[in-house]
Amino acid sequence: MRAEPAPSAETIVEVQNLEKHFGAFKAVAGISFAVRRGEIFGFLGPNGAGKSTTIRMLCGLLAPTAGTGRVAGFDIVRQAEQIKTRIGYMSQKFSLYDELTVEENIDFYSGIYRVPKAKKAERKAWVLEMAGLAAHRRSRTSVLSGGWKQRLALGCAVLHEPPILFLDEPTSGVDPNSRRQFWDLIYDLAGRGVTVFVTTHYMEESEYCDRLGIIYRGELIALGPPRELKTRHMSEAVLEIECARPNDAMGLIERLPAVKEVALFGKGLHAVASDAIAAETAIRAALAAANLALTRLERIVPTLEDVFVSLCAARSAGQPNAAGAQTEVSR
Amino acid sequence: MWERILTMLRKEFRSVFRDPRMRMVILGLPVIQTLIFGYAVTLDVRHVRLAVIDRDRTPASRALVARFTGSAYFDAVAFTPDEDVARALVDAAEASAILQINAGYESRLRGGRTAAVQLIVDGSDSNTARFVVNYGTMIAATANNQFLLEQTLRQAGRTVPIGRVDLQPRAWFNADLESRNFYVPGIIAMLVMLVSLMLTSMSIVREKEAGTIEQIMVTPIRPIEFILGKCAPFAAIGFLNVCLVAVVGLFWFEIPLRGSFPLLLLGTACFLLSTLGIGLFISTVSATQQQAMMTTFFFFFPAMLFSGFIFPIANMPTVIQWLSLLDPLRYFLIIIRGVFLKGIGFDVLWPQLGALVALGLCVMTFAVARFRKTIA
Repeated sequence: MRAEPAPSAETIVEVQNLEKHFGAFKAVAGISFAVRRGEIFGFLGPNGAGKSTTIRMLCGLLAPTAGTGRVAGFDIVRQAEQIKTRIGYMSQKFSLYDELTVEENIDFYSGIYRVPKAKKAERKAWVLEMAGLAAHRRSRTSVLSGGWKQRLALGCAVLHEPPILFLDEPTSGVDPNSRRQFWDLIYDLAGRGVTVFVTTHYMEESEYCDRLGIIYRGELIALGPPRELKTRHMSEAVLEIECARPNDAMGLIERLPAVKEVALFGKGLHAVASDAIAAETAIRAALAAANLALTRLERIVPTLEDVFVSLCAARSAGQPNAAGAQTEVSR
Repeated sequence: MWERILTMLRKEFRSVFRDPRMRMVILGLPVIQTLIFGYAVTLDVRHVRLAVIDRDRTPASRALVARFTGSAYFDAVAFTPDEDVARALVDAAEASAILQINAGYESRLRGGRTAAVQLIVDGSDSNTARFVVNYGTMIAATANNQFLLEQTLRQAGRTVPIGRVDLQPRAWFNADLESRNFYVPGIIAMLVMLVSLMLTSMSIVREKEAGTIEQIMVTPIRPIEFILGKCAPFAAIGFLNVCLVAVVGLFWFEIPLRGSFPLLLLGTACFLLSTLGIGLFISTVSATQQQAMMTTFFFFFPAMLFSGFIFPIANMPTVIQWLSLLDPLRYFLIIIRGVFLKGIGFDVLWPQLGALVALGLCVMTFAVARFRKTIA
């Protein structure tokens, strides 16, 4: 691990027109992007969008149908084994050995990755401390809580100090507190210069990334820092509405010509419109006519979720027959 | 390479032996099964339950009945003059043979005529029935012999020389023709096959189901390292089983071990190569443990039936005989029976050992090749 982060523009992961088909289904339909050394790169998308499939191709678990990719300078098809010594990988499903103890799992991966003998003890101590498992080192992994398991899995994935870390929905199924702790660890690793490639379908998590790619139905539909995505990809205005019976109100607002889309958001609704003033007037009138009390209506800075919903909706409108992409592909 | 294999090995041993049920399956079951099978798997027919219909009720008829019931082969379960009663006993499987002697048996004999005696057997179990008929024929022949001698003695008033053929059968390797001596070594082979197949066929697929295989696949471990690490503990367990079960065979059933024990271990090693290979192959092509279990059984039953474990291969149709050439159990049975009973050595058994090694290398290569494919 390097002593300090190098904010250079050096590319460490590069993908061009990468495709993966499962029969007639295109799980990944030609994506291209590059990840710079030392950054936290996020892949945001719904289930079945192709996030895991992409990450599996990068880690050499799946052979791509078409396209090329390089990880740490090695070709993902021909040099998968060289790549494997330089990456750490952690999947959404806990995949350490339940019947082994915490320590035995660490020793196992330490041996498989051939961590030098002199460093073994030090690395083990580091993982135990990082995961907060020093007191449970002799416990069977099966009895650990979700958050602990996650941190142990992360620890085992970085035992060999890989310069790149692939995390496939690492925080799915853990409580918010553990998720927070987990992200602290990711920041810590990134601070030491590790490049982190992470997929997620949690909006708030994607805000933690340096750069974000939004993937939908196998295609990369947006790419950039989260802040930039919110402004660049959102030319329309977002109105936040709080009113009585939001479900009924949504039906009314949907039919207004001035409003492009409306979605439930928290306690209220978010409406997207190209002309904010016209939409505001129309909504007020419609709600008043239906006797629905309006407590709040104002234009807000769009959240990532707004961006995401709007981008996906635009995509769907463009290709109405791509509904199959929503089915989860577990491979 | 060795560090990774050793790491795999340690992990596999821990996983297998940590589970108390697995410990039982590996160490307890083979011993228990040998004990049970050692008693149960036998073709010796003894204590055939016999219903007797004696309508003659003379010293001669009683003497004939005594010849039957006095042997170890027959136990009289009923004496009845009524055929229907005897038939009902056979129907209810309370008797498996009926000996019927009609009135006039003794007087026909004394009159120098042939006296017919009927032996009815339950032919639904053809194997047992054949034995019963043979025993019956033997008893009748002895009776005739004796009768002939007595008649001659009575008529001539003195002993006259009669030329006779005296067949002196001797069974080599198994003097008492104990079928246990033949079957117990077979049971050892069968158990080792079952345990090693089951363990290996579950090994990889269990990691697939648990999802742990994925984490292994992203490490730089080579397929051969993974496979060797997976196999070695099961091979060790196979050896342990052979030793355990052999000890039970030797000291409990008193099966003779006439050949060399190291040769038996060498044979076991060659045999394990193919069973572990087949198990691994099943494990790589199966997606769930259930599939692996079913496939193992689909392989195991024909492998057992075509091996000569019970039914002689020479009696099988030619096609099946060819098929049995692919059955590793066939070769191992010859080795294990040869070593235990005949005490034969490498000079005789090398074709079997060679066949096992060839077979084993083929399936192993196949399994490793299939495993590599699964990663991509």
